[in-house]
Amino acid sequence: MANRQSRNQGTEVLLMALREPGRMKGFGPDEWDLLLRIARQTRLLGRLAVIMDESGEVEQLPVSVQQQFTAAQVFVTHYQRTARWEINRILAALEGSDVPLVLLKGSAYILAGLPPSRGRRLSDVDLLVPRELLENFEQTLLASGWEAVKLEEYDQHYYRTWMHELPPLRHPERLMEVDIHHTISPLTSRLRPDPEKLLADSIPLADSRLRILQPVDMVLHSAVHLFHDGELANSLRDLVDLTDLFQHFGQNTGFWQELVDRARSQGLLRPLFYSMRYASRLLAADIPDSAMNATADGAPSGPVLRLMDNLIEAVMIPEHPDFPRRRRAVAQWLLYVRSHWLRMPPGKLLPHLVRKQIMRWKHRQATAGTLLQGNR
Amino acid sequence: MILAELPDDDLSQRLSGTGILVQTGPFIVRIRSGIDDFAPLLKRFYAHFPMVAEPAIADFHIHLKQPRSIRRWWHPQALFMLDGQSPFLPYPRSHTFPLFEWGLNWGIAMQAHQYLMLHSAAVERAGKVMLLPAWPGCGKSTLCAALVSRGWRLFSDEFGLVRIDDGQLVPLPRPTPLKNKSIDVIRDFAPNVEIGPAFHGTRKGTVAHVRTPDASVAQAHVLAPPGWLVFPRYRAGAPLRLKPIEMPQAFLKLANNSFNYKLLGLQGFQAVTRLVRHCDRYILSYSNLDEAIDRLNQLAEA
Repeated sequence: MANRQSRNQGTEVLLMALREPGRMKGFGPDEWDLLLRIARQTRLLGRLAVIMDESGEVEQLPVSVQQQFTAAQVFVTHYQRTARWEINRILAALEGSDVPLVLLKGSAYILAGLPPSRGRRLSDVDLLVPRELLENFEQTLLASGWEAVKLEEYDQHYYRTWMHELPPLRHPERLMEVDIHHTISPLTSRLRPDPEKLLADSIPLADSRLRILQPVDMVLHSAVHLFHDGELANSLRDLVDLTDLFQHFGQNTGFWQELVDRARSQGLLRPLFYSMRYASRLLAADIPDSAMNATADGAPSGPVLRLMDNLIEAVMIPEHPDFPRRRRAVAQWLLYVRSHWLRMPPGKLLPHLVRKQIMRWKHRQATAGTLLQGNR
Repeated sequence: MILAELPDDDLSQRLSGTGILVQTGPFIVRIRSGIDDFAPLLKRFYAHFPMVAEPAIADFHIHLKQPRSIRRWWHPQALFMLDGQSPFLPYPRSHTFPLFEWGLNWGIAMQAHQYLMLHSAAVERAGKVMLLPAWPGCGKSTLCAALVSRGWRLFSDEFGLVRIDDGQLVPLPRPTPLKNKSIDVIRDFAPNVEIGPAFHGTRKGTVAHVRTPDASVAQAHVLAPPGWLVFPRYRAGAPLRLKPIEMPQAFLKLANNSFNYKLLGLQGFQAVTRLVRHCDRYILSYSNLDEAIDRLNQLAEA
């Protein structure tokens, strides 16, 4: 196990399973042992379980794999049920008002039955609400029992002044967090897509009180979220989402042209470029050359692109759990810095990071001695 | 091959290398350890547990290691890692064995959702399982150790693992941890029972482990249906009382006591329903262990 080959194996086995699920049938015990650990760590175990289930060949797998798959599916089913219930409760709280409720990310995939929902866990419900109705909406939820999760004054200020979402809310009887967005990119970010267009072109679900973004906007939001909003740590799952959306909507005629046009008009060519590049490089997403080429002017300069290739590969390809690599930690730190750089101009960024670090120290002191370190 | 057959040197070497694979009930656990004093205790308490040949698919990957802080020079510690993640803060190194036991329990409770998991002791006699579901302090481990010392087969002191398809109980025999006064209570009750070293000042006070009977380990693959649900309630000075309870009350108590009832949704509801339908159901109030064990033995003989 402690040899070089198995270290590298850790980096390949999950990507292989995601790209070509059929190959899992040929896996030996060593490969399964590693795959199950890595998939669990990257929140993709449920996904593999559902895909094998759909293939109808799950019974050919080793019994212990079937058992772990079953357990993972129980977990995912529970979270998806919990998300549906949370949305049900929000609709009940909103009864009588006509706030359009646009679901984003995980909850949209699940309620619309889109491919990324397969085996996908989610821990919050993300919603998009017109900015002018935001306060009203937040007050309605607060009056119906939801509470603010982030109570520090600075956190509240951070969200309300600079972010694209309100500080998260949670109902004390339930675990699911509700994130209310009024646009898809931080207010301080250099990307400024127009949320009015997203709302205007959103489409209703069978329950017409609920809406989702139209396909091209759904892809672009996922792209912005992954490459311009998060820290990219443990984010392979988000790239899997994007790959699913590309494959699924890519079947529609005119989709790719429309996608590129929308990205251009919303100023989101860069995140779309990254999404296509890494979905095809890491997960073998089938993206037409014409679409790839059309986003070329969204690419960063040569040296930056080479750096991003290295960083993305280092953080997205999971490492062997027994052999953590320093390269990955460095890449994660650099991408953390990048995520803040993209989110805020330097004048705001430095004071923000200093404050966050002080808060973190204080928090660590306050919680030292407690048993659980907050397991993810 | 069982763990007792592995020479000490090989054991230490493998623990500090790629680890050993031990089967406990339905689970295969890979154990690695960089803590010297851990190997003898592991060997003592898991002597008759089967070792699994490489390569195998493990359910849990545990690594006990020394955290890399400067504290190690004056206050040596042990860190529990499950799958490369450390869910707990480090423990004093002298508490590595209880840390391993708790950590593995935690891992099972977080992960094994293919079963309905009850927070319950489970013991078997004449082909039927008695479940003793309870919260800490109700005396479930004490009753469990006492029943096992009188010939009941140990399924588990911590987990009632219920198979979802058919409601059968799955054995998960492991050392039974006794806390504080219970240690002497069991020593008096069953002087022949082997109890390991006492670990003082853990988060649950003093803890000492009862070694699992070899016969229970040897039969760890033999499942059995549930027969009795007994909710124990220890109270100093209380008279012995075994009170039958109705199905709805037993249902609520059991659902609340489960680690993953909510997670299992409809399957959880059905599994708990089946359990309360198939079992005789009681609340056991007791203070005198001898009386309580006699009473429970009578139940089994009836």
